[in-house]
This record gives sequence, structure tokens and C-alpha cells, in this order.
Amino acid sequence: MNENAKARFNGLLLSAAHKIGLFLAMTVICLPGLWIVLASFRPTVEIMAKPPVWIPQDLSFDAYVAMFSGVGQGGIPIIEYFRNSLIISVTSTAIALAIGMAGGYAFARFRFKAKSSIFLGLMLTRTVPGIALSLPLFFVYSKLGIIDTHFGLITAYVALNVPFTIWLIDGFFRQVPKDLAEAAQIDGCTRWQAFWQVEFPLAGPGIASAGIFAFLTSWNEFALASQLTRSVTSKTLPVGLLDYTSEFTIDWRGMCALAVIMIIPALVLTFIVQKHLVSGLTSGAVKG
Amino acid sequence: MATVSLEKLVKRYGAVEVVHGIDLEVADREFIALVGPSGCGKSTTLRMIAGLEPVSDGNIKIGGRVVNDLPPRARNLAMVFQSYALYPHMTVRENMGFSLKIAGQKPEDIAPQVEEAAKTLDLTHLLDRRPSQLSGGQRQRVAMGRAIVRQPDVFLFDEPLSNLDAKLRTQMRVEIKKLHAKVQSTVIYVTHDQVEAMTLADRIVIMRDGYIEQVGTPEDVFQRPKSKFVAGFIGSPPMNLKDAEIADGQVVFANGDRLPLPARFRDRVTAGQKVTFGLRPDDLYPAGHGIHSGEDADVHKQDLRVILTEPLGNETLVFSDFAGAEWVGRMLNPRRLSPGEALPFCFDLSQAHLFDRESGRTLRG
Repeated sequence: MNENAKARFNGLLLSAAHKIGLFLAMTVICLPGLWIVLASFRPTVEIMAKPPVWIPQDLSFDAYVAMFSGVGQGGIPIIEYFRNSLIISVTSTAIALAIGMAGGYAFARFRFKAKSSIFLGLMLTRTVPGIALSLPLFFVYSKLGIIDTHFGLITAYVALNVPFTIWLIDGFFRQVPKDLAEAAQIDGCTRWQAFWQVEFPLAGPGIASAGIFAFLTSWNEFALASQLTRSVTSKTLPVGLLDYTSEFTIDWRGMCALAVIMIIPALVLTFIVQKHLVSGLTSGAVKG
Repeated sequence: MATVSLEKLVKRYGAVEVVHGIDLEVADREFIALVGPSGCGKSTTLRMIAGLEPVSDGNIKIGGRVVNDLPPRARNLAMVFQSYALYPHMTVRENMGFSLKIAGQKPEDIAPQVEEAAKTLDLTHLLDRRPSQLSGGQRQRVAMGRAIVRQPDVFLFDEPLSNLDAKLRTQMRVEIKKLHAKVQSTVIYVTHDQVEAMTLADRIVIMRDGYIEQVGTPEDVFQRPKSKFVAGFIGSPPMNLKDAEIADGQVVFANGDRLPLPARFRDRVTAGQKVTFGLRPDDLYPAGHGIHSGEDADVHKQDLRVILTEPLGNETLVFSDFAGAEWVGRMLNPRRLSPGEALPFCFDLSQAHLFDRESGRTLRG
């Protein structure tokens, strides 16, 4: 074998190894999801079987049908849960983004006293595990009478998400050259117009990704929601999963079906937003 | 079209004062260049005129109107940034028409104005591209196009050519000069490149450490520098500046080498005065190879040893050894010289400068 053929062979070998590695990694990541989808269609016997049954024998939509049936027929108030989840996630994401944009912009552009301490302080709030806050939060909320309300949960999620959105959006605004806003102001924009016309579109990918993260955090959050909600007026989908547990049994199939219902909106949103996640939009603005 | 006046203009960042009360009058349609080394306050001054930096003290007037506290958009100027600052999410067409759109003009009114400017700058075929698809020179032209479309009272340029390669820079310099001749606007042009300033400007403002050192036409600042700093800054290669003392009616250098005292300084110096002697490379040349015939009364001839030569084709820069230092001379119609060779040099003392060593100010009247 001459040198070139050898190099070509090594290249092929390496790329095959990459693909196998990638496949293994994706399997580890995707298999649980696939298992959940599969489990939602199978009878409990098959789910619990040992050794596991890989090829499903008996598929049915029973769990989904039951879910939407009334109480007493295995149904849960899924419409209400879904509505609660949507209202709480969307509202808290919108608020967290608005605050994150204002804060991120301020951290990226302005100089003010104790800037880095404030920034560090914001980040430190993320080091406290959410569950550790649930008891104090429960006391405060019950005093305020906002247990089992949308408002209560939205407030908690905004607080949870704001440090993260500020941090992420700050980074993206830093990448937008200062000159651009100045050029816009000379071109006749007010400070406000310069932001919306020039800086906002360029930081768009960052804001979109911060939005996805904030939405998914609120959408999937369980620990706080399970403490701060009581009834169908505010229970979210993750808390709703608990409806499938009773004193002696767990309805794994129903639970998996609900999990699938939960995953769908998150997937759809990610697909919609991902085309905005193309970075490198600022290239060509300035040469330096 | 407008005049621009700076009156006792001061800029402070906290306790640090970076521009110290400068005064400047820019006439209508004048092309003025602010030059100086980095950190001299030229860009800060320009940014204050643009309204991007608040004024700490003093006044800025555009067209006779005090604009100190007006936002940039109310000053009717256009600025070309060093970084070009093109909007990356817009096409060239949108970039150039942006100011008109913001001003509320209709798309059908904007289009012809953009086309017109694009034609002037030879950008017509690039109108639908984005800035990322353009070369440096093209981006530079778009930035200028964006400025022209506004039809501003004053054009501000902040080191617009410093990101271009040498060849393109020369080319764009010509473009800017043509552009000024065409649009006849007042221009304030910041650069650290004295060649740009000399070639473009009607008048040059030389700044240093937040003060204005000298204001004058290119000939003025070249031939009659008011200070050692200006003398050293303007001209390429820079003027030979060597410390000396006046003794016995002669200029005596540290190592004892002497030159005759230039005639026009005879009444202006006293014996024992510490001075800096200045001579441009053009005025130090091997005999028979100078700009001047060498027959003037005030030419001093002396044999010097050549250290190094830099042939430039039509001329050669000759580095030679005198008074214990290196002096640069310019040799026209050059012949080949070898290092170590000694040959007679002419010092054209009629063109020499003397500066007070302490204050750095010129000693001529």
C-alpha cells in the first residue's frame, strides 16, 4: 500500500469511527424517549416484563383514549393541566425575556457601580437548588394567599429564569458592535429605535435561545409546582403525572402517554425557533 | 452646508481630563483633518461633535447653533466609522437608505436617492448584497454611500481608511477627495496617518495629549512647524531632530560636531541656549543629488559616512552618521551607494529649524 492509499484508508476508518461513536451517543440520549413513546402504547404487563420485551406485541391507543375520558374512566383533567402549563410557561417566559433583554443589554453596554458584583449575585442565585427554596417559598406564598394560582407559579418561574436569560442575552449583546447603534443614532434613530432596528435583530438568535431555555424550564419544572399548586386551577402537566399514582399502583402506561403529550409542544417550539438560532449573523458588520 | 466651531471644548472622564479646552473654527465646505498619535483626543473630539460623547465643558456650534446637548440625530451629520459599522442584517440598498427610512420617506422616494449615490460610488451592482459578501474596499464605499445619501451638513470621518491595505488606501484617498469636490460639504476627518491629512485636507489640526499643537494648511505645518512635535509628526520620513547648544555662533552637538548657525536664526538665539536642531531629509542630500541645486548661500557641505540605504526607485533614503547620531537624507537621481562609503553631503541650512529644547516651540518668529 502506498502512502496516499494508506492515508485515505485511515481517513475512512476515522470517519466510520466517528459515525459509530455518534450513533452510540445518540442511542443513549434517545432510547429513554423512545421507550416512553413505546410504553404509552403497550399494556402494563409488557412494560413491566422481565426480561424486557423489545419488540412490542400488542399496541393500542387505550391510554390516550382513557386520558381524555371523564373521571372514573381513568381520565384526568388534561385540558386544564395543559392550559395551566401553557399560560404559566408562556407568561413567565415572556416576562423573563423582557427582563433578560433589559438586564442583558445593561450589563453588555453600560458601566455602573458594582456591576460585576450584581452579575455575580445573579449567577449565585442559580447555585441554590430549586427544591431547597420550596419550603420557604411555600410559607411566603401561603401568607400572601397565592398558593394554587397562576400568578404564584409565574412569579417563581420568572425568578428562576431571569438570571439565566440575563446571562445568555448579555453575551449576545456583547457580540453586537457598539458602533452599529451609534451609526444608527447618527442615521437619525433615537436610542430606542437604534435598539429595535439594529441591535435587537442582531441579538435575535441569543434572545430566541434564551426563550427556549426559559420555556422548557417552566414547562418541565416539577419540584416547585408540586408544592405550590393544589387543584386543577393551577396544576401543570408535570404535576398532573402524579394523578397516575395511587396508593398501591402506578399506571405506567397512562403516565407515559401524558409524558408524550408534554413532549410534543416542547418539540414543536424548538423546531419553530431553531432556524433563528443561526449565529454568525453579525459577520460583515465591522472589520477589525 | 455649515460651519463648525469648537469653543473651549473640554472632555473629562471622571477626574481625568482628556481634551483640554480646545478652540477651532471650521469654515463652510472646508476639509479639515485632525491628526495626532493615538490617545491625543482626536477621536474623542470627533465623537463629541457627532453627539456620541457628552461635552464636559465649552461649546460645539454647527451652523452657528449650539448643539452641545442635542442627540446625534438632531445635528444633521453623517459619520463614516473606522469599522464601517454597516448593518449586517440589511442589504447594501437598505443600509444606504436606512436614514431616509427612519426619516419617514416613502420607499419610492428613497430608491432614486440610493441609486444616485450608488452610481457615484460605483456600487450599483452590489446593491442587493449583504455587507458580509463585500470586500473591505467595497464596505468602505458603502459606508461612504450611507453618509452621502443623508445629504448632511457635515461629514465626519473616523480613521476611515486604516483597515484597508496600502494600495486600496491610496485609491480610496483619491475617491474621498473627488467626493468632497463633488458634494462640497464640510468635512472633519480624523486620522493618525499624516499622509492622508496632507493629501486631503484644506487645513490640518495637529493634536497632542488633548491640546491643539498647530492649525494650518498642509504647506504651513510642513514648512513652518510651530513645535518640535509637529515637525517630527508631519513628513515622512520624519525630520531629523537632534539636541544641540548654541556656541560661537554655531550649532554644537553633544559630541562636539558643529554646523553653522542658520542665517535666519542669528538674531533669535543666544550663546549657550539649549536647542533642538531640525532638518528634513529633503534638505540633507549627497552633493548633486538634491531637490535644490545646492548653490544657495546657506548650504553647508560636509563629508558623511553612509550607514544604510533604502532604495525607493526614483530616490534613495540615505542613513548617515553625523554628530554621533543617525541622520536621514533623501537622494534624488540615485546611484548605488555602499555602506561605509563616505561622500560629501549638503545641509541646506536655509530650510533648517531650531526649537527651544525645554518648551519645544520654534525659535523662528
